[in-house]
Amino acid sequence: MAVRVVQRPELTFWEKLYLPQIVSGLKITFRHFFRNLFLHIAHKVGRFKHFSAAVTIQYPEELRPLMSRYRSRHRLTLREDKTPRCVGCMLCETVCPAKCITIVAGEHPDPNVEKYPIRFDIDLGVCVYCGYCVEACPEDAIRMDTGILDLAAYSREAMRLDIHELMDPKLRKPIDDCSLEFPHTCEVTGGGMKGSWDGIAGD
Amino acid sequence: MIELLVIKVVLAGIVLFAVLNLAGFHTWVERKQSALIQDRIGANRAPIFGFRLLGLFHGIADAIKMFTKEDIVPTGADKTLHALAPFFAVFFALVTFAAIPFGDSIDVGEIPFGDRLNLADPVIDLQVAKIDAALLYIFAMLSLGVYGVILAGFASRNNYAIMGGLRATAQMISYEIALGIAVLGVIMVYGTMDLAELVRAQGQMIGGWIPLWGIVTQPVAFFIFLTAALAETKRLPFDLPEGESEIVGYFVEYSGMKFGMFFLTDFLETIVVACLSTTLFFGGWQVPFLLPDGFHFPWGAELAVPHLVYILLGVASFSIKSAIFMFVFMQIRWTLPRFRYDQLMGLGWKGLFPISVANVVVTAVVLVFLGEAL
Repeated sequence: MAVRVVQRPELTFWEKLYLPQIVSGLKITFRHFFRNLFLHIAHKVGRFKHFSAAVTIQYPEELRPLMSRYRSRHRLTLREDKTPRCVGCMLCETVCPAKCITIVAGEHPDPNVEKYPIRFDIDLGVCVYCGYCVEACPEDAIRMDTGILDLAAYSREAMRLDIHELMDPKLRKPIDDCSLEFPHTCEVTGGGMKGSWDGIAGD
Repeated sequence: MIELLVIKVVLAGIVLFAVLNLAGFHTWVERKQSALIQDRIGANRAPIFGFRLLGLFHGIADAIKMFTKEDIVPTGADKTLHALAPFFAVFFALVTFAAIPFGDSIDVGEIPFGDRLNLADPVIDLQVAKIDAALLYIFAMLSLGVYGVILAGFASRNNYAIMGGLRATAQMISYEIALGIAVLGVIMVYGTMDLAELVRAQGQMIGGWIPLWGIVTQPVAFFIFLTAALAETKRLPFDLPEGESEIVGYFVEYSGMKFGMFFLTDFLETIVVACLSTTLFFGGWQVPFLLPDGFHFPWGAELAVPHLVYILLGVASFSIKSAIFMFVFMQIRWTLPRFRYDQLMGLGWKGLFPISVANVVVTAVVLVFLGEAL
């Protein structure tokens, strides 16, 4: 194996003096400083808006634009009559590698639909955001397009989403009012059934 | 006697008020300036009654946080010295300001309503302590400031802290020499160690156009002074004593406001050095072409100026020049990376020290040929 001799570059006198290097460094920082100072002031009076002065995204007020395929918090899509599209086929629960989905199916009054979820829970503390549930669903009933990223909670219990939050992404815990019309079990009513199909499914 | 005491207390109050607020303001400047340099926004929260003022109140929030934090003294630390060290550091940084003249002597008799005060001596120096050897005093205080640092490292009973303290000591000693010798050139040129006299001597003109400031007569000394002074402030690129990010400095074992005081010391020293650079090399409170009776422009035009306006222009000139220096120091702090320890020592002993001695020799020879001190 041949020995490779690394030639260290000899510094010239000016480089050894170090002052030109300081000046070139200061040139960069001064350029950034005055450019950004000018742009910040110009933005205040509404000019040069298309040049950005900072790469900062002021997070809680300002959100980073998400890719359309980004997998954020889940939601259950709705039919026109505000009932879930879900037919309780259990495909998502079966495919889920983290086993975070719990579905209890009930009988739907419409014979073409057959089943619907009485309960639909997702434990976000367990979910791995793989998106398999979305892919497995034959009815396009579950999607991960809410754009909700701030999922932190103070307890494991608060990480569990039930059918209320999944159907209405705007809802946040604690939920103390249940507005769902169709029969379902929910914690708001102490685990008992709530609602009826009267006026939704017709007969 | 009482009169003199009141005047001095008022002057000291003004200087302390200005300097401490400026140091607090520095925390905001540091955040915002670094943010602008790095294409960020910087601290912009901490509202008071809904007013954010670009995050100006973060300094107050920081101070409240520092004061209310738990003060931890490590087991085995020397409690007295551990408590004393931050006070040492801040005290010596603050007393340095006493000898810096921030304006020309004000004649109270000549300003409006001034004669009603009936002062025994109507001429007031805008300098807290009129010391004949003000320069020596300032360098003594700057050197004593290192005691706070070494004591902090020593009293913490922490190996990293004492290493930081030792680095600080070595750095201070090697740069103080270059600093002193660089200033020697200025003393030789103007023939005085009294800072007020030194500033007055810088008011002369060369050929009526160029003010005889220290930067004109001693350019080499200025650069040596600037480098050594940056090393004195213990900030980047010479922040080896602290090295917060990785090598761990002398104040690892400090928390709460004691840590805050070391932090404050850094900013105070930056201000001291900015004021000193202004005083020694940029004519202190001198405004170009402004003499006590008004402007005398080299093309012949003259503009009479009242006494009070003349004094205020001088104070403004001093403040602006110092502020520019602080801005430049901050810019350098956010531009250059830290020196390695051997590079630091090499620069101090093999670079600045011989150059400053050569500068003194050249200055002496030139002065002999010119005949007289200016």
